[in-house]
Amino acid sequence: MSLYQLTVHELHEKLKEREITAVELTESIYARIDAVEPSVNGYLTLTKALALEQASKADVGFQNGNEMPPLAGIPIAIKDVICTKDVRTTCASKILSNFVPPYDATVMTKLQRQGAVMVGKTNMDEFAMGSSTENSAYQITHNPWDLDTIPGGSSGGSAAVVAADSAICSLGSDTGGSIRQPAALCGVVGMKPTYGRVSRYGLIAFASSLDQIGPFTKDVTDCALVLNAICGKDQLDSTSVDVPVPDFTKSLIDDVQGLRIGVPKEYFAEGLDAEVAELVHSAIQKLEQLGASLVDISLPHTDFAIATYYIIAPAEASANLARYDGVRYGYRTEEPVDLMDMYKKTRTEGFGQEVKRRIMLGTFALSAGYQDAYYRKAQKVRTLIKSDFDAAFEKVDVIATPTSPTPAFRIGERTADPLQMYLCDVMTTPASHAGLPGISVPCGFVKSGLPVGLQLLTPPFDEETLLQTAYTYQQHTDHHLKKPEIAQTEGEI
Amino acid sequence: MATITPEDVSHVANLARLEFDPEETQHFTEQLGRILDYIGKLNELDTEDVPPTSHIHPLQNITKPDVVKKSLPIDAVLENAPETAEGYFGVPRVIDTQGN
Repeated sequence: MSLYQLTVHELHEKLKEREITAVELTESIYARIDAVEPSVNGYLTLTKALALEQASKADVGFQNGNEMPPLAGIPIAIKDVICTKDVRTTCASKILSNFVPPYDATVMTKLQRQGAVMVGKTNMDEFAMGSSTENSAYQITHNPWDLDTIPGGSSGGSAAVVAADSAICSLGSDTGGSIRQPAALCGVVGMKPTYGRVSRYGLIAFASSLDQIGPFTKDVTDCALVLNAICGKDQLDSTSVDVPVPDFTKSLIDDVQGLRIGVPKEYFAEGLDAEVAELVHSAIQKLEQLGASLVDISLPHTDFAIATYYIIAPAEASANLARYDGVRYGYRTEEPVDLMDMYKKTRTEGFGQEVKRRIMLGTFALSAGYQDAYYRKAQKVRTLIKSDFDAAFEKVDVIATPTSPTPAFRIGERTADPLQMYLCDVMTTPASHAGLPGISVPCGFVKSGLPVGLQLLTPPFDEETLLQTAYTYQQHTDHHLKKPEIAQTEGEI
Repeated sequence: MATITPEDVSHVANLARLEFDPEETQHFTEQLGRILDYIGKLNELDTEDVPPTSHIHPLQNITKPDVVKKSLPIDAVLENAPETAEGYFGVPRVIDTQGN
C-alpha cells in the first residue's frame, strides 16, 4: 500500500516509529493529486509550499521524540468555506474570487495546534448551497467511483478527495446534509457533530442556526481523532456550547449489545431507491446480529422537513449574504453610477443562479406581509420535527436510516429543476433542524458500483454512542476498505 | 399562502439588491412559484399552539466581559477592500453635489 492510501491512525504509528516522515507523506499526497486530480477536480487551491513547511515542522517534533498529537504531520483538505489566513478562500463564488482572509477559523487554529498539514482548499457548491457541487462558480467535481456522476454536495470536494486518496482526511460543513450526503455518495465516513459542538468562527455563514463543521475520514477511528481536535466551546462563537468534550477515541468499542436502534418507517417510504433500501436494511440487520435490538419508530413530520428547510435556510442566508456588497472585500462591479447601482451590479454579477434563487426565496419569506405565513410557520414546524426526535429518543438510543434516497446521479441530471435537487436532502435535513449529531458510514454498493451510506443519529451531544455504533459496524464489515479505481482522463483542468 | 407575481419578484429583487431583466424575472417567477407551491404543504399542519424554534439550544443573551481587546490591524482589515481612502473603505459618491 502507498502512504496516501493509509488512515490517520495507521500513519500516526508510522510517523511515531519514524518509519516515515511527514514530508515523505506530504510528497506522496501531492504525487497522488498529480495523478488523479485531472479526473476528480476536487481542489480549488493547492497549498504545497505551506504544506511542506508544516510537514517539516512536524518532522522536527517526531525526530526530537516529542509526544506528538494524532494529527501531527497528517495531510488534511479544507472545504473552501472555512477561512484560512493568507490562503484564498472563495466559497466557490465569484464574489469572493480574490478574498484572502486576514485571520484563521478556530478549527484551523486547532488543527495547527496539532501540527496537521493543510493540503489545499476543496470545491463545493457556491456558499454551500447545493447537493451536487455543480453550483461551484469554478469547476465540476467528479465522483471517484464513477467520473460521470456527482460527488454529492455541498462538501463534494472534501468527500471526493478523501475517496480518491488525495487527502488523508478533510473538513466540510453541514447545513442540511452537506457532509453526510457527499460522504454517502463517495463511500467515506462523514460526520456532522451536534450543533454547537464545533466553533463556527471563521466558517463563512450560510444558515447560522444550522451550519456545523465536521470531518470526512476513511474510517470511524479517524473520525474520532479529528473530532477530538476540532470540538469545544469557543469564546469567538457564542453559539458554541460549553459542554465537556470527551476523548472520542474512548468510544471506539466493538459492542452494540443491548443498544436500541430505532428504524423510522418514514425513511423507507416511496422515493427510496430499491437497491439503497436493501443495503441499508441489511446494514441494520447486521447491527441486530451483533446484539442491538431493533425498534420500529415513527417520525411523523419527516415529510415536512424539506419545506421547512427551504424557508429557514434561505431566510438566514438572505441576511448573512447581505454583507457581500462590494465594499469591504470581494468582487466589485466596474464603473457603477452610484452606491445603489454598485450594490446591485456587484451582487448580480458576483452571485450564481442558485445563490440568487435562495436569496430571493429567503428575502420573500422574510418580507412584510409574508413573514408569519412562511418564516414563522417554518419555525413552528421545526419545533414539531424536533419533538418527533425527542419522543423517539425516549425509546431508542440510536436512529438508523439511509443517508441519501439514491446513489450518486449523473452530472447535469438534476440541474434543470431546483426542486428535484432540493429533494436530495430528504433524509438529512430533519436531523439538521433538531441539531442532532449524525454520521454516514459506507454500507455497500449498488450493482452499478456506486457506494451507499447508512446514516446514524443520536440525541444532542451523544457523539459517543454514535461513534461506538458506527465503529462496531465497521469492525464487522469491509465496505469502508474498498477503493475506487479512478479512470485517468487527460488534461481536464 | 399567495402565488408570486413578476411584480413580487421585482420588489423582492430590489429588497435583496439584485437586478433581473424581464426574461430572468419571468424565470424566477415560475421557479419560485413552484418552490412556494411545494412549501405550501406546511399549511396541512395546525401549528396554532406550537412555539417557534429559532435556535436548537436554550441559549439567551450571551454576553462577554466588557474588556478592550486587540483587533486586527487596519491595513489587514483593508487589505481585501476593492477601494480604500485615508484608512477607510471607499465607495462611490453617496451625496449628489449637483443639488439634484
